Amino acid sequence: MNRRIIPEAIAREPWHVILPLFALNTFGAMVLYSAAGSRLTPWAILHELHFAVFLVLALIVSRLPRDLFKLVAYPGYVMLVVLLVLVELIGGIGGGSQRWLNLGFMTLQPSELMKPGIVLVLARFFDTLPPAMTRNWRALLPAAGLVGVPALLVMLQPDLGTGLAICAGAAVVIFLAGLPLSWFIGAGAGIAGIAPIAFFTLLHDYQRKRVLTFLDPESDPLGSGYHITQSKIAIGSGGFWGKGFGNGSQSHLEYLPEAHTDFAFATMAEEWGIVGGLFILLVFLWLFRWGLRVARQSNDRFSMLLAAGMTFTIFFYMAINMMRVMGLAPVVGIPLPWISHGGSSMMTNMICVGTIMAVDRWNKRSGSVAS
Amino acid sequence: MLGGVRRVSSGILRNSFDRRSLVIGGLQTGIGVLLAARLGWIGLVQNAKYQTLSESNRVNLTLIPPRRGWILDRNGAPLASNRADFRVDLIPERLVDPERTISELAQLLNLGADKVTDLRDKLEKAHGFRPIEVAAGLTWDNFAAVSVRLPDLPGVMAQRGFSRWYPTGPSVGHLIGYVGPASADDYEKEKNPLLVTPGFKIGKDGLEKNYEAHLRGIPGARRVEVTASGKLVRDLEMREDVPGQALKLTIDGPLQDYAARRLGLESGAVVVVDCETGGLLAMTSMPSYDPNSFADGIGRVEWKMLSDDDHIPLLNKAVRGLYPPGSTMKPMATLALQLHGVDPDERINCPGGYRLGSRFFRCDDVHGPVDMRAAIEHSCNTYFWSMAHRVGYDAIAPVAKMLGLGQEFVLPGTRQRYGTIPDAAWKMRRFKQEWSAADSLNASIGQGYVLASPLQLAVMTSRIASGKNLQPSMLFGRPMPLGPDLPFTPEQYAVARDGMFRVVNGAGTAVASQLKVGDIRMAGKTGTAQVRALVSRGHFGDWKSRDHSLFVCYAPAEAPRYAISVVVEHGTFGARAAAPIGRDVMTFLFDPGAAMATLLELERNWGGTPTERMAAKYRTFAAQYGTSAPKVGDDADVRAAIDKSDNTDPAAEVQANAPATSRPEEPAQPPAGTGPQATPSAAAQPDQATTQDKA
Repeated sequence: MNRRIIPEAIAREPWHVILPLFALNTFGAMVLYSAAGSRLTPWAILHELHFAVFLVLALIVSRLPRDLFKLVAYPGYVMLVVLLVLVELIGGIGGGSQRWLNLGFMTLQPSELMKPGIVLVLARFFDTLPPAMTRNWRALLPAAGLVGVPALLVMLQPDLGTGLAICAGAAVVIFLAGLPLSWFIGAGAGIAGIAPIAFFTLLHDYQRKRVLTFLDPESDPLGSGYHITQSKIAIGSGGFWGKGFGNGSQSHLEYLPEAHTDFAFATMAEEWGIVGGLFILLVFLWLFRWGLRVARQSNDRFSMLLAAGMTFTIFFYMAINMMRVMGLAPVVGIPLPWISHGGSSMMTNMICVGTIMAVDRWNKRSGSVAS
Repeated sequence: MLGGVRRVSSGILRNSFDRRSLVIGGLQTGIGVLLAARLGWIGLVQNAKYQTLSESNRVNLTLIPPRRGWILDRNGAPLASNRADFRVDLIPERLVDPERTISELAQLLNLGADKVTDLRDKLEKAHGFRPIEVAAGLTWDNFAAVSVRLPDLPGVMAQRGFSRWYPTGPSVGHLIGYVGPASADDYEKEKNPLLVTPGFKIGKDGLEKNYEAHLRGIPGARRVEVTASGKLVRDLEMREDVPGQALKLTIDGPLQDYAARRLGLESGAVVVVDCETGGLLAMTSMPSYDPNSFADGIGRVEWKMLSDDDHIPLLNKAVRGLYPPGSTMKPMATLALQLHGVDPDERINCPGGYRLGSRFFRCDDVHGPVDMRAAIEHSCNTYFWSMAHRVGYDAIAPVAKMLGLGQEFVLPGTRQRYGTIPDAAWKMRRFKQEWSAADSLNASIGQGYVLASPLQLAVMTSRIASGKNLQPSMLFGRPMPLGPDLPFTPEQYAVARDGMFRVVNGAGTAVASQLKVGDIRMAGKTGTAQVRALVSRGHFGDWKSRDHSLFVCYAPAEAPRYAISVVVEHGTFGARAAAPIGRDVMTFLFDPGAAMATLLELERNWGGTPTERMAAKYRTFAAQYGTSAPKVGDDADVRAAIDKSDNTDPAAEVQANAPATSRPEEPAQPPAGTGPQATPSAAAQPDQATTQDKA
């Protein structure tokens, strides 16, 4: 019945994903509106604008053919690595860490694009890898190289959060590609062994401090533990129903650090309480359920690895951010998708969503052909 | 299935993907549940705890320093009050860039180099949240200039408040004491957040310190919403402070001020006692410090100015200055002689001196035959020497003590030194020497070992004038009960009073200082106490070698109302320096207008009021020493310096006839309620300037 009224092209769009995302983003815009002292500027209006722009981008991505994805996988990856090196060089000359390139009309953060990029290139890699080779250790070496280079470059910036996100996305793709389970268990054990050493040698002082204060935030409530403590105060004082829209004292009185970016969830929870938190969680779980279902419905290896990897990339954003603001993970700077303010992460996440939509589209096409 | 390498096909990988994607899905759901549970734990179970924390973040309780109780004179006029002012403080803990902040404040508030140095000193000593006063009593313009820049100056507070104000400044310095920011020690003693509230001052000395609990009041409180950086968002609730209770004194404010100003450029003290109640009407010691400028802490230049001054402004000479009373003892001595059966009409011939063994004690003049009254009138030493030789000094010493000499009085907030009334037992204890006949002669005219404070002299005079055993008091409406009755008959008093009457109104030493107020007559006695044994009376030479000038008096002569003692350090003859001051202060009590006219005429030559002179001197010092003056110590150091200040000059006290060993005064007993005594060295200092005979 609907189809008769609404044009086919529009009715075909995956509204069951777009509408929850729009709701989530609008909710985020409301949080930012309140955090700005009940003003649309500087964040709320831009937040919705970002969404609109990048939704268009996602819809364009969703219409790209599978072959194009396969085609750009390697060249795109190489280009991103080159950009990462460029960023590193510019930062070195400028005498400090730099994560973005100024392209004139916009600033580009290559490490952000690398998150979907790594998923794409690995999906392509395992797609071309003969199935028989999958359980051969020689198959792992190129994959490890593909992950290692950008991950190392990003961590050198230093941007631990993004580095971990790249690794996590890659690990899930490799895991789903069917490599022997024993390797993962071995790797897990290895990381558990190396982590303490890395902690004392590789990490920067401020990163080490973050880990330590995560373990005991009350030890230094005015110093490094301040972020976690204030965030927990904001969430905890919100209670079930929250303090009400525009009534969050923690954010408005500037006790909450980065109330509009990394700690936007705490800003939200103070005013909307557990109810708001559960809403966000449900939308995310709905999104992930859709993403994994799309992956499972795929007929080819490339598509399913791509969709599952993209889903997990978004998931990693959400999980790390929320665990962090609630004191379950160390403080690493990762924004909460569609809630936190920031164009770069919005672009990444929308590219992920667009890619999943594309896979969904390929599935339907092949499905309709089959039936 | 059995053995053999499993061939990996795309089908197997597909199965593996399906299984493993379920694991990933399960992981995502699991973390989702974990997050929801965590959310519930923080938001529901720990809600109360975090709500409290959030409130304590949001709301800041600020204490408002209570207005300090006023200190009033007997007529209810303020000796110490509070005035509203604008002030700027620093919280050291919150400073980000101290140097930049100080230089910016110096520019905004036009602080001189000396003030900036003082500020740095204070900052160096301070720590934590104890506020430092940058400036108080600011103009609105200066205050506003700082206020608008507060966001760029973390750690700086600009606020309205009340500050202590002593309208007559230096005149009441020693009487009342001063207030200042609480020190770390104060805070240790009394863990009260009020003490570290900007603008709060605590009594540091004198009455301000002694009656701290009475004067302090109860702080008000202000609940405000503040941002994390301490910026005020809005007021939530306000509780007014409860001002401290007023303290009403027996002091007559205008009289106190007059006496202080009348001392002029001299170093000395004036004490006025009410002959009916024993209440102190004035007790002043000059030069003094200005308690107003002590309130924000003591600056380098100021400290140098005070400690370099040979007039010892830090010494409260009224209660802690000790002087040989000289001839002012003589009326007292006549009472002692009469008590021991000497007939007042008996005449002693004065040939110009008195021979004791091989030594001749020279009198000031050849007085011929004198009776008791004439001996006071002409201050004839020969009479008292021969009488003292007859009855023995041990007969005089108890009477001196009876009349208040060598005694300490119950006066909270003062730290008295009680001086010396020597006798045989005292000398043996002190110097392991027998009392000699020459000691008796010296003591009988108030020299030798005898030392008394201006307060004691005033009390002695009031007791002679009233015949009552008056006890000095300072709280209005609460006079001290009289001491045990004095054993003298009215006739005996009459002899002493007649003598004193004739000193001023007869042919005595102070006829030049008669009262010119209607038919009111004053009685008195001059005293000139030698500082060093000199060939002639030391009224010339350097200031430090000159005689002390003393005068005691009361009026009206027939019905005494007021008794006064005046001591002018190194003022030469009693009649020259002290007596005119005594006369003018007495005149002020009966005819303030006339007395004021005299004073204004004098001040024209002195360079203005004490406050004006001090300001001029400060400017000179600041120009001369600038920031090079040595640093001021902390509270304890200042306290020690005040306690140690002494009107003695150890180097100058080499006595011609003094015993070979120095003669330390008896260690002063710590007066009740004034805290620990100064360093032992203060009490062990060489003795007071005393004179020996006039050989």
